[in-house]
Amino acid sequence: MISSNLSAIFYLVSGVLFILALRGLSSPETSRQGNFFGILGMIIAVTVTFLSVGNFSTGLIYVLLFILIGGSIGAFIAYKIPMTAMPELVAGFHSLVGLAAVFVAISAFLNPEAFNLGTQGNIKLGSLIEMSIGAAVGAITFSGSIIAFLKLQGIMSGSPITFKGQHPLNAIILISIVVLIYYLCSTQSSNLFWMLLAVSFLIGFLLIIPIGGADMPVVISMLNSYSGWAAAGIGFTLENTALIITGALVGSSGAILSYIMCKGMNRSFFNVILGGFGATDETSSASKKEQRPVKSGNADDAAFLMKNASSVIIVPGYGMAVAQAQHALREMVDTLKKNDIKVSYAIHPVAGRMPGHMNVLLAEANVPYDEVFELEEINNDFANADVAFVIGANDVTNPVAKTDPQSPIYGMPVLDVEKCKSVLFVKRSLSPGYAGIDNDLFYKENTLMLFADAKKMTEDITKNL
Amino acid sequence: MEIDPLIFRFSIFILSIFVGYYVVWSVTPSLHTPLMSVTNAISSVIIVGAIIAGLSGNSESVFNISSLFGFIAIALAAINIFGGFLVTQRMLAMYKKKKKDKK
Repeated sequence: MISSNLSAIFYLVSGVLFILALRGLSSPETSRQGNFFGILGMIIAVTVTFLSVGNFSTGLIYVLLFILIGGSIGAFIAYKIPMTAMPELVAGFHSLVGLAAVFVAISAFLNPEAFNLGTQGNIKLGSLIEMSIGAAVGAITFSGSIIAFLKLQGIMSGSPITFKGQHPLNAIILISIVVLIYYLCSTQSSNLFWMLLAVSFLIGFLLIIPIGGADMPVVISMLNSYSGWAAAGIGFTLENTALIITGALVGSSGAILSYIMCKGMNRSFFNVILGGFGATDETSSASKKEQRPVKSGNADDAAFLMKNASSVIIVPGYGMAVAQAQHALREMVDTLKKNDIKVSYAIHPVAGRMPGHMNVLLAEANVPYDEVFELEEINNDFANADVAFVIGANDVTNPVAKTDPQSPIYGMPVLDVEKCKSVLFVKRSLSPGYAGIDNDLFYKENTLMLFADAKKMTEDITKNL
Repeated sequence: MEIDPLIFRFSIFILSIFVGYYVVWSVTPSLHTPLMSVTNAISSVIIVGAIIAGLSGNSESVFNISSLFGFIAIALAAINIFGGFLVTQRMLAMYKKKKKDKK
């Protein structure tokens, strides 16, 4: 058994190691070392907890057993999961953090003596407030992440589910959470505690169902943030520095990511959260639904265009992930490079279903990360490039965002693909993207549509090169 | 008058938010997915609370309602810790620089 001062210092050390873990991610070279710091911090925190409880009875065996069970499941998933399923995985992991927070809060509520929080029915007021906030946020994280997971996995439809009176209902539930916490703290009633959990689970569910599939980058980042705040709430209850530091780090990290994603779509956070995007915004597209001529081509034409280019910019999007085309794409690029054609990749901040989704997929296909550029870095290069190869992206290339103030996506930062000498657009059909609007790029003089599955088309082009 | 320890914890919390703010802004956008998976793993440090709960039983009865919730929470957090760190490791191992094939 070690003194509580000593263990507090060790918790501080592990908190600092977690900061270094995030710090390492500032560049790919230092990131692996950062991950190592994170693992070290976790080992320290867990070891110190064992030592400070100092109860090496039979309970310890069960603790180790459950760590082993959970650890093997986690390790198994980590090795098996395909990179395209990363958004689902992260959403699933968030739900586990949320649920773990809820369970820790429950056991602290039922057995406060073990945590030095007073006795049952007479828990210290401060601890009870912290505990109930942690539990409520944890429950919201859990049910919200489950919905996000189901939507990403395709088990649940990605389209927004809205109903009349949705916002007033949510507002009433949120107010009732505050009221419940207030009465819980003044009465210490366990019934109110269970009610608080039930209502929090419900609101997490209701908050995420109206949000559409393509808004998932914001949702995942937001839930990431929530899981941090839940951990911090529990950290206050347990008076544990490592947990407080980590919760604050994760909470602000998720908040920043949500902000970046919202900015990438030029929408306010509240606009995304209130949901229903894409379902109602038909006004500007309906007026110009008349058929316009498009030029479509085959793999042969595409190969011809690219062979005669000196620089090609590739614009990947969610469709590439769906078609699992990243490896085929990389092979095509290899062939292009052999012909001394300069190739770079342009990534829009909201391409894919989570922040950085495209970068991971390209990295998986062995694309060197210094060939992959962010929107601001590469947008000026489109004017000098010969061919833009758009694969699985749509709304993020739509010039309407710059020209038509009526458009729902007006003001959203887009890739200036239309400035290229020619544009190759791989798509299965002319159907609009998730924003429900037509892409003007389809009808441009210099655009050649390649109607096919992204993977198959890319392979065919490679054969023709 | 003595300062409540809660105030100290609250100070740590606020300062950590600021640290988080600056550290996360310096994360390169291409590593945002690993950022999410690693924050996932580290927020599972909540396992320390679960361990305390799990060890709260006495030698006669390891299991009571409170410790049972603790044990489940341990398993859930462990999935996250191992899964989160390993999948981050796997992703980061894929980020490679251009081979030096240029003259």
